[in-house]
Amino acid sequence: MISMAPIIKITTMKKATLIIVLSISTTLYFSCSKEIISVPDKYEALDPSQPDITAKNWKPVLLSTPNEFSISAPGPVNSSDYLAEINEIIGWQDNLTNDQKESIDYWKAGGVLRWNEILRELVARHNLPPYQNSDGTYPAPNSANPFSYPEFPFSNPPYAARAYAYVSAAQYDALIAASFYKDLFKRNSPDKVNTEIQLMVPPSQVEEYAYPSGEAAIAGVTVEILKLLFPTEIAYIQQKAYEHNLSRIIAGASTRSDIEAGEKLGKLVASKFIARAKNDRAGQAGGNAAFWSSLEQQCVAKGEIPWISQESPLRPPMLPRFGLVKGFLVDSISVINGRPQAPPSTNSEEFKKDVEEVLWYSEHPTKERYKLVDFWADGAGTYTPPGHWNAIACEAFVNQKYSEVRWARNLALLNMAMMDAAICCWDAKYVYFNPRPCQVNPKIKTLTGLPNFPSYTSGHSTFSGAAATILSHIVPSMAASFNKYADEASLSRLYGAIHYKRDCEVGLVMGKAIGEKAVSRAMTDGAE
Amino acid sequence: MKKLVFIYLIGLSTILSAQTESDGIMMSKKYFCSGLTYSYSSWDHYWEGTFKRDNENIGRVSTSSVAVMGAYGVLDRLNIIFSLPYIRTTASSGTLKRMQGVQDFSVFLKWLAFKKDADPSKYLIYAVLGGSAPTSNYIADFLPMSIGLKSSTLNVRLIGDYQINNFFVTASGNYIYRFNIKIDRTAYYTNEMIYSNEVYMPNVFSSKLGLGYRKGELIIEGIVDSWNTLGGFDIRKNDMPFPSNKMNMTRAGINLKVPVNKTNRLSIIANSFYTIQGRNVGQSLSGTIGVFYIFDRNKNVQTPEISE
Repeated sequence: MISMAPIIKITTMKKATLIIVLSISTTLYFSCSKEIISVPDKYEALDPSQPDITAKNWKPVLLSTPNEFSISAPGPVNSSDYLAEINEIIGWQDNLTNDQKESIDYWKAGGVLRWNEILRELVARHNLPPYQNSDGTYPAPNSANPFSYPEFPFSNPPYAARAYAYVSAAQYDALIAASFYKDLFKRNSPDKVNTEIQLMVPPSQVEEYAYPSGEAAIAGVTVEILKLLFPTEIAYIQQKAYEHNLSRIIAGASTRSDIEAGEKLGKLVASKFIARAKNDRAGQAGGNAAFWSSLEQQCVAKGEIPWISQESPLRPPMLPRFGLVKGFLVDSISVINGRPQAPPSTNSEEFKKDVEEVLWYSEHPTKERYKLVDFWADGAGTYTPPGHWNAIACEAFVNQKYSEVRWARNLALLNMAMMDAAICCWDAKYVYFNPRPCQVNPKIKTLTGLPNFPSYTSGHSTFSGAAATILSHIVPSMAASFNKYADEASLSRLYGAIHYKRDCEVGLVMGKAIGEKAVSRAMTDGAE
Repeated sequence: MKKLVFIYLIGLSTILSAQTESDGIMMSKKYFCSGLTYSYSSWDHYWEGTFKRDNENIGRVSTSSVAVMGAYGVLDRLNIIFSLPYIRTTASSGTLKRMQGVQDFSVFLKWLAFKKDADPSKYLIYAVLGGSAPTSNYIADFLPMSIGLKSSTLNVRLIGDYQINNFFVTASGNYIYRFNIKIDRTAYYTNEMIYSNEVYMPNVFSSKLGLGYRKGELIIEGIVDSWNTLGGFDIRKNDMPFPSNKMNMTRAGINLKVPVNKTNRLSIIANSFYTIQGRNVGQSLSGTIGVFYIFDRNKNVQTPEISE
């Protein structure tokens, strides 16, 4: 036995060494494979099943006619200027770099899709509630001084809903205008003019005429609107637009003059949306201290428990005048007429039962409910519930082989519906000023962050009802899954113990009614 | 929809647990040391990136944990060590619901790779290899209430121990490979939008320096340790924390192990640590007490020997 001991030890040492070597190499191996593949990285080139060349006849959102803004006619393709543009493309293609190839691959998935993703990222980046001042007050973001803390904007859900709507609707109008001029000027894409040019996107992307470039119109209109909505991001946005436009030239899909005309047209269309945005009352949605306290006093005068911020220091309510913002599908009178009936009095037995129900969910969480709460949290630092629905929509749309103008039209319908959902929901929230469950019963602990605004109705539910309704119309084969998502998003707020069931149910109904307005528009806009 | 301002931090438990895999002692062959510990740690200040703040919407976040641990002498120079904690996290203010559950099981092989006796000095080098894995389906994406980060790990640790008379110094470095985790969301923002339910978890390097007095089972030790995430991103001002944040910290503390009977079989351990510097973590003060008992699996019973 004794003589065996050293042998055992040596064997053990060898084994241990082997284990260490193996584990280090295993570690190195896994280190190389930890990279996360983001869903949009896998999106393939846009390959529309039909070019929608009649889009010039579709009903725009703001433009009075598709040719409300004019652009100059292109020069002939046998001119020396045009030849120079052809030579530029050949020059790029002769010296193609990997970065340029990647850029072409990225943008060929479609400008509407990519700019929607960029916007979602900007929303998430700016969706942070301001940190308090040392005296317990909160600074407000200021668009006149956007870089000083807190940076402008705080892209909370209503702000985000509005941003998605303006960008999508403006892209749609810009593409309708582009469609009009393409058909008017009938200039071919450069790969058809000169056979030396290699087309690096699917031919279906250049089936329409080339002047002005639709992709550049998307970039041009989006840049202008984002300048207004995300002023600290202008440098980043301009860089993206530069890459987008250049990718089309290098890919042989457009010449420089096609791009310049598209960009110019996009900017002209943007001016109309910007003028509207500056006067849609969103700038006054924050209210002021006198207004905040008047909401509370009115509620007390009615004998009701008013909503009180559960944050410390007390944070002013989020955008209490957002209900007055000018909607795209719902006008101010319809907001008031469509307002849901009042929730039960905070003194009623019915209300007590509603509170008890929330307490039950707070005290009896399950894994499945936690999962839904987490999946639909969409709180600080995220792209918000409207962003979540944009992500869901885009994942559905990539399989549908839409043209760019149809992409823009579908996202515009979705996002106008969600912006108007925000308006109607915020109207109800501040008219009723209903307290959150945990305000009236502190035993209620929440499974997610508690939003800093009144309870009735649920924003998630209203957004989701509107989104699922219009998306089900656009992609009927997926209606069941959209509606399931909406139901889950809605209930997740009850499960998270931050909303009464009534908030969720009424919100969902309200959202569906707004979604129906988008459906009505969809059925008469000439695209179906 | 809106969220708030609740911020926080961390499953410190991976560090608090199983001190034994990082110390300079071994169980002899066929001796089994088992222990039960109770830990409490709390903080009311934390770092958002490098910005130190408090937050009245969570008040003081406290973590209580009970852990079972064991160390078995497979050979005189090879021990296997495990631990499994049950953790509960609570916030003293605000509305966030507490979370609790069984966290990660960890197991380590500790090998005395080198030993040199040059009376009155001793030189020892240990190599430790191990890993951990979550044992329950807890939620990592709800910091600071989450009981852990839910990442499985592989650890490689090297420990050097020098003793002269009864005084010793122990230094160790620990590389922790962390597997990616899955969360219930399908998109999240780090420094960019990522559309996946998988989260890249940067690896970690931790280190420890201990200085103290050791006699038999009695240990009195002062410790400075650090935890550095090799990558990750900062919590932005007033944002929520996230499992893949760049969580760093340096702590100072003391560690005691006191035998309570003559045979050295029963001992009590106690330690306390304070976070003196951090990033994306809470500035916690923690304390642990535990009871350890040594069982002898040898047939011929004798006084347990602890190789030092």
